[in-house]
Parts: sequence; structure tokens; C-alpha cells
Amino acid sequence: MSFLSYLINGISLGSIYAIIALGYTMVYGIARMLNFAHGDIIMVGGFAIFTVVSTMNLPPLLGIFTAVVICTILGVVIERVAYKPLRGASSLAVLITAIGVSYLLQNVALLIFGSNARQFASVVNVPSLKLAGGALSISGVTIVTIVTCLVIMIGLTQFINKTKIGQAMLAVSEDQGAATLMGIDVNRTIAVTFAIGSALAAIAGALLCSTYPSLTPYTGSMPGIKAFVAAVFGGIGSIPGALIGGVLLGVIENLSKAYISSQLSDAIVFSVLIVVLLVRPTGILGKKIMEKV
Amino acid sequence: MKKVLGLTLAAVMTASLTACGGGKEASAVNNTPAAEAEKDSGAEGSTVKLGVIGPLTGPAATYGIAVQNGADLAVKEINAAGGVDGIMLDLKAEDDENDPEKTINAYNNLKDWGMQMLVGATTSKPCIAVSYETAADNMFQLTPSGSAVECVANDNVFRVCFADPDQGTASAKYIGENKLAEKVAIIYDSSTEYSSGVRESFVKEAPNEGIEIVADEAFTADTNTDFSVQLDKAKEAGAELVFLPIYYQEASVILKQAADKGFDPIFFGCDGMDGILTVENFDKSLAEGLMLLTPFSVTEESSKKFTEDYIAAYGTEPNQFAADAYDAVYAIAAAMKQGGITADMEISDMCEAMKTAMTEISIDGLTGAEMTWNAAGEPNKAPKAAKIVNGIYEMK
Repeated sequence: MSFLSYLINGISLGSIYAIIALGYTMVYGIARMLNFAHGDIIMVGGFAIFTVVSTMNLPPLLGIFTAVVICTILGVVIERVAYKPLRGASSLAVLITAIGVSYLLQNVALLIFGSNARQFASVVNVPSLKLAGGALSISGVTIVTIVTCLVIMIGLTQFINKTKIGQAMLAVSEDQGAATLMGIDVNRTIAVTFAIGSALAAIAGALLCSTYPSLTPYTGSMPGIKAFVAAVFGGIGSIPGALIGGVLLGVIENLSKAYISSQLSDAIVFSVLIVVLLVRPTGILGKKIMEKV
Repeated sequence: MKKVLGLTLAAVMTASLTACGGGKEASAVNNTPAAEAEKDSGAEGSTVKLGVIGPLTGPAATYGIAVQNGADLAVKEINAAGGVDGIMLDLKAEDDENDPEKTINAYNNLKDWGMQMLVGATTSKPCIAVSYETAADNMFQLTPSGSAVECVANDNVFRVCFADPDQGTASAKYIGENKLAEKVAIIYDSSTEYSSGVRESFVKEAPNEGIEIVADEAFTADTNTDFSVQLDKAKEAGAELVFLPIYYQEASVILKQAADKGFDPIFFGCDGMDGILTVENFDKSLAEGLMLLTPFSVTEESSKKFTEDYIAAYGTEPNQFAADAYDAVYAIAAAMKQGGITADMEISDMCEAMKTAMTEISIDGLTGAEMTWNAAGEPNKAPKAAKIVNGIYEMK
């Protein structure tokens, strides 16, 4: 029974990684850049919800809505101001800019909110599920997280395959130049990608902080890195890959904490990543793409 | 380079202070503006400058701010009462954000200011880092709350709080003697010396007290948000008490997650737990029944006056760190008297005199009666524990 409990907690943690990883993977797949500020957008979402729900005492749903709006706008603004001028520049320049944006967001949050941790009041009010006569208890937020993750994944796949703008995204990810020639507005497509990725980050922030209720300006950075690993693990650029990578990462992390050593769990997680990349350099579901260097 | 500059500045300052020093200070204990002005300009020669280092911002800010305030209150009281044999104390605090590297910067800034003795650093890792600097300069250092063993490894460093092993041993003894539990789980932070140190000595002492350790789980600074596995294992193993030799920040998350799981053992912490009631938006009912080893409680008779003055001055309730710092300044004052310290002494000579004097004094502080120190820098006082009842500490 305890195994099941560890497994479910692992899937829940993994689902949060997966939602964050979806943001990484979409931006990478379409704009070919690693948006290291993604983790910090989660933190901004967390603070937006905290301000609305705990400081202003408004309903949680309004908090989540506000966070989604703020993060979407923030994502688009960051893209416009920091990344768009670098379109065509070397990927290293964009990467460094992304790291810069990440630090900028952390430090602005430090200035506004200070660095004392806040206890985050859960925005999910679902009763926990008791199975097997109470021996197995699954918290409400765990269920909501797993369901949300699946819904987002399916919704996103449908969006990309069925809508015009989704098709445009696919086209841009295959070949930006050709997409431009076919009349696709590349800048607009990339802006929409950032908007979606950032909205997902806001939702990830709500779930992350509800599950692990400690909010600081650095809240997003470690989950951000782990989610990046999850995205690479599953094959960066692939949406189902982000889900598989995230869930696997969460499960491996929790099970190694439970059965091997709580001290070594991170070491084990990253060792598995190395092994996977040695065997499959593009990740579990990654496509082999020949790239010009 | 900065060090040399700092030393030169300190030397120049000391020299100029001696030059304009005089015997005016004895008359200057009154608060009229004229007297103030006279004190400022005339009595500078007999001012000893104390530096304070601690996290004034950052996740551990509660500790650093408390230390700053506690020391500040003690300095104000001592100065209002005429100083230490007429020598005024001057205090300046620098922020280290609980980061050993920033501690060195803070130390250098304070030396530029003219610090002659150090009250700090507040937390263990920064304290260890700065102790090598003070040893190199042979500056007297008294840490209120640096509890890792290595903090006082250099013989110029003393401390007010207990050392980590003493806290671990004392916790195990307290749990054993009061028959709180037989099956104990530990959740500790393997990435801090403080937490690992307390845990180690607890594990060592436990068998002697009839305590069985049923789960011994760790986390690190990178994994300090999810404790579900550790709590599940403790619950699975049937722990009646969970020992948390960690800081209050993580403890607040553990209490929340344990409550969500319906896991309700006794939680027992050490001095790092102090501050848990100050976490913003924390549901205080979760901390109900939590026990912690603490040498100080606002509900104690002996700390009443201090608590009132502290609230009047800083608007919040003092915690153990404030009391440690308050005692530290009084210990320094007592040792200055004992050792015949004068403000114009070289930093190194002052340190030598203070080192001897510290082992000769005995003070009745907030954190213990008849506190004495040995030459290794360790205090000698009786441990005390408190339980949180109705949102306040109740001494046991």
C-alpha cells in the first residue's frame, strides 16, 4: 500500500513537472530557444495568486484567472522585449538573455515581496480520496493536478493539430523561412506560443504552490530546472514526450527517495537522465533531426 | 587589498579616537540635546565598536533581525546606564543573507567602519566562514547563535547558544526522560551542517535513552518543498514522535503536509524551529503541540522586562535569537569590565584580554542563569524545552 502511495505522489509531482515541461517544449519546438525564464514565470503566477487570494481575500478561481492573464501578458512582453530583437542572433546569445530575464524576474520579486517565505493557501478545495479503508489517501490537489495535466496535454495536441494557428506553429517549427514564404506571420506565431506557454506556467504555479505550500522568489527555479530535464528526457519539442518525461522523472524521484536514499534522490534522477541520453540522445520520443551547425 | 585598507582605516580611526578622547563621558549620561551633542563629539575616544552580522534579508531573516534588535537593545541599556566603566558601545549590523561569501563582505565592511569586536555571525555556515577571518585578524568574536561545532574551532571565538551536538544530545535526553516517545523518526536537512550535526548526536544518544529510531530521512536545500515520502515512511514505521532538527521554514511545510496526510505525531525541534509562528500566512493551529528545545520564552518571569522593552522598541515579540544576542552583548560588557578593556587597545590585544576574561565571568542571562564559558568557547548552562500551546511558547 505504501508503494502505491509513493507512486501516486510521484505521478502528482511528475504531472507538475510535465505541465512546466510543456511550456519549455513548446517554446523550444517552435522558437528553437530554451526559455530559462519559464520557471520564474511560475513564481510570478504563484505571487499573483497569493496577492489576490491571501492578501485581497478574493475567491481562488479569480486568483488563478488573474495569474493566467498576468503571466500571459508577461510572457508576450518578455518575448517582444528580450527575445524578438535577437531573432537570427546566435542561440548562445538568446540563451544568455533568457538566463538574464530569469534573474531579473527573481530580483524584481525579491524587491517587491522580500525573500521571506510565505505559506501558500491551497487554491484547490477538493476533498482527499480515501481508498482501501483509509489505508491509501490521495489528496485532492494530487487528483486535480493529474487530471489538469492530462486535460492540458490533450487540449494542446488538439489545438496544434486542428486549428489554423496550431498548424502555423507546426510549420514554423519545421522551417521558419519556408513558413514565411507561405504567408505565415512567424512573429505572431511565436508570440502566441509564448502566450500559451506562460499561461500554462501560471496554472503550473497554482498547482505547484498548492501541493508544496512555500512561496519565495526562488520557488520556480528548481522545478524549472527539473522540468527542463523532464522535457529533454521525453524528447524536447515533443508534447507527449514532455508528459512522459515529467511523470517518469517525478516517479523516479519519489521512488528513489522511498527505497534507495532520501539524500541521493536528485543524484539518481540526473544519473538516469545521463543514461537515457547516452542510449537515446534525442530523448524518449525525440525525433532525429539533422541540424546545420 | 580591501583587508589592508580596512586595517589601515581601523588603525587611523583608533588613533584619532585616542587623540580626541577625554574624561568627559562619565558626565554625559543624560538626554538633553546639549549633553547628546557633547557626548557625540567629546566622548568618542571611549567608544568600543561592536559589529553584528546576520541575515537581515532572505529566508533566514527572522534570525538576523532578532539578533540585530536584541544586541541593539542591550547596547542601548548599557549606554543609558553609563556604559561599561564609562566606555560607550557602538553597534552596527551588516546583512549576510545567510551566505558565507556575503558574510566575508559584511565583515570587511564592518572593519572599514572600525569594528573592534564581532557579535556574530548569526547562522552556522557564515559563522564558520567569518571565524577564519577573525582568527587571522585576532579579533574577539562572540556568536549568539552559531551552533555548529566548527563555529568556535578558533580560540578567539565564543558562543552563547548550545553547540549542535549538545542540542541533539539534550533533545534525546529530554525525550527519554519525559517518556515522550519510544519510536522516533528523524527528518533532517543533509545540506546544512546545523541539521546534520544535531541529527548525528541525537542518533548517538538515542539508544541510551531507550529511543528506537524507526526512520531516518533526509532532504537537501534543492528538495525542501516535498516531504511526502519522508512523512509516509515515518508514518509507515509507526513513529510516535518526529524529530525535526531543521529550520522553521521547512518545518512549516512539513507540518502542513503532515496535517494533509492525517499524520499527527509529536513534532520536536531545536532552536532552528524558533520563528515558526512568524511565517507569513502560516496556519498557527498546525504548530499546536509542537515542542522545541529553546533556552528562551516570552512567558517566563525572568524575561518579562526584556520582552516588554523589546516590543516597545521593535514592535514584535522577541525570540530566542534576540535573547541570545542580548546575552552576548551583556557577556561582552561583563568580560570588558573583567579584562579592563579600554577603547584604544589594539584589536589583537583586546582579543587576548577578552579571551581570558570570558572564562572568568558568570552572568545571569535570559537564556540561562549563571552562564559560564570554558576556554574552548562553549557556554555552560541548563537546557530548557517549550511547547506551543494556544499559539505561544509554554516552558516545560
